Amino acid sequence: MPAREYAGRVVETNDEGFLLDSSQWTPEVGEAIAREVGVWPLNERHWSVVTFCREDAAREGQSPGVRRIARHSGIDMKGLYQLFPKGPGKLASRIAGLPKPQGCV
Amino acid sequence: MKNLVILGAGTAGTTLANRLVGRLPSGWSVTVADPQERHLYQPGLLFLPFSTNGDVRLERPRGATFRPGVTWVRDSVERIEADERRIRLAGGERLAYDLLVIASGAQTRPDETPGLLGSEWGKSAHQFYTLDGSRALRRALAGFAGGRLVVNVVEMPIKCPVAPLEFLFLADDYFARRGIRERVELVYATPLDGAFTRPVASKVLSSMLEEKGIRVEAEFSTGEVDVEGRSLVSYDERRVPYDLLVSIPTHRGAAFVEESGFGNELGFVPTDPKTLVTKQDDHIFAMGDATDLSSSKAGSVAHFQSEILERNLLAAARGLSPCDEFDGHSNCFIESGHGKALLIDFNYDVEPLPGVFPLPVVGPMPLLKEARRNHWAKLAFQWVYWNLLLPGRTIPLSPRMSMGGKRRPEPVRASCPACEKGDQHASA
Repeated sequence: MPAREYAGRVVETNDEGFLLDSSQWTPEVGEAIAREVGVWPLNERHWSVVTFCREDAAREGQSPGVRRIARHSGIDMKGLYQLFPKGPGKLASRIAGLPKPQGCV
Repeated sequence: MKNLVILGAGTAGTTLANRLVGRLPSGWSVTVADPQERHLYQPGLLFLPFSTNGDVRLERPRGATFRPGVTWVRDSVERIEADERRIRLAGGERLAYDLLVIASGAQTRPDETPGLLGSEWGKSAHQFYTLDGSRALRRALAGFAGGRLVVNVVEMPIKCPVAPLEFLFLADDYFARRGIRERVELVYATPLDGAFTRPVASKVLSSMLEEKGIRVEAEFSTGEVDVEGRSLVSYDERRVPYDLLVSIPTHRGAAFVEESGFGNELGFVPTDPKTLVTKQDDHIFAMGDATDLSSSKAGSVAHFQSEILERNLLAAARGLSPCDEFDGHSNCFIESGHGKALLIDFNYDVEPLPGVFPLPVVGPMPLLKEARRNHWAKLAFQWVYWNLLLPGRTIPLSPRMSMGGKRRPEPVRASCPACEKGDQHASA
């Protein structure tokens, strides 16, 4: 598994760059990932989504999908796509140090 | 008298009811609630739009699909009253249960996408996930002389995640046979970042799309349909124009699931991925398309789950905790046109891999590779469905995925924590 350095911290990630252990995450790591994926700079709305994702994942045991984020974070789908272009579910989880949300296969 | 009630008589509910009747301890009855008069063979909906020899019979009277001993209540469910362990039916009656299985499936909801269900629905915008929709699409295809045909998955999850790809492969074949393939542009607009959700299969399928000249518009999350401009518009404001739209609309669970407080944001039931017990209530199980599991919404999954659930429900009827576990096993054929098909076999942990199926070395069916015998097997499956699967007869396929014949080693699954017996008890 590749290890990457974010904000001076070495963290383990999978091939797609998602943290393997979400307890290695810090807000600074999140900022560094955001910069890497081009979601930059992070504003208050970004942070509210990232915080929701982390809290929800801690409660539910899995990363929330985009619909769940839209329903509970107070930011609608369109707003989420403006904040995290192309893939809000995927990008928010990655910045929040969570696994990629489970798609149905 | 104790009652096991199953909500929904699709592939999942019917198969389970037929497996359980006669096997439950004495004093137990099996009741299935479903308002529909007929049982639809859903895999047939994919082929119907391309059928040139009239209508195909895809339905059978529901009453004939149950084994003797199964009670069919022909009414729709209004609410699960879990505190009283009973079901409120639309007709006002109550149905008491001791054990309950939610098998109410998933429905397409074109009304979830602004513009989709407008004046052009059934004209330039279609779906093939219902019998009426599939028939209307056949007429539209027959009258299509050229232009841009767009297949669009609005959002995941959907039933049979490979069906949109199959539709494109079959469309490529269909237009070639009509001699107008070069006048038709085929486009696949998907919210996924590739052709499929898992990397190895995605690569194979992507190169097939490319070979057939089908363009992929990836990471496209449909926000609305611009009916006037005949375009899909994504949430990030990209536009994909079409002449003929084949939509795979948003899927949702049954309305009563949500109204009873059992659904997630799409009305699917949060379910333990192994035991298939709902996360909310130990007396309520869920299976098939109705669950929130990451396994495919597919008939094969419903079939494999029915074997696991049969054991877990027989245990529950005796007051025991569930002792069998579902591993996410799924297999499906992927029609690729020109009389060929691929076959994929996978589970929660192992993605579709190349190899042979069901037996190592001898197969006879190749995995993740086009072959005529896969196509014939897919066609033969309709007979298997009505005569073996639905009646709950034994099909010589394990509910658990096997690595035999697949090329890539993978660790074996852990033992069952409930009874600590490991693999051997489950296959007994």
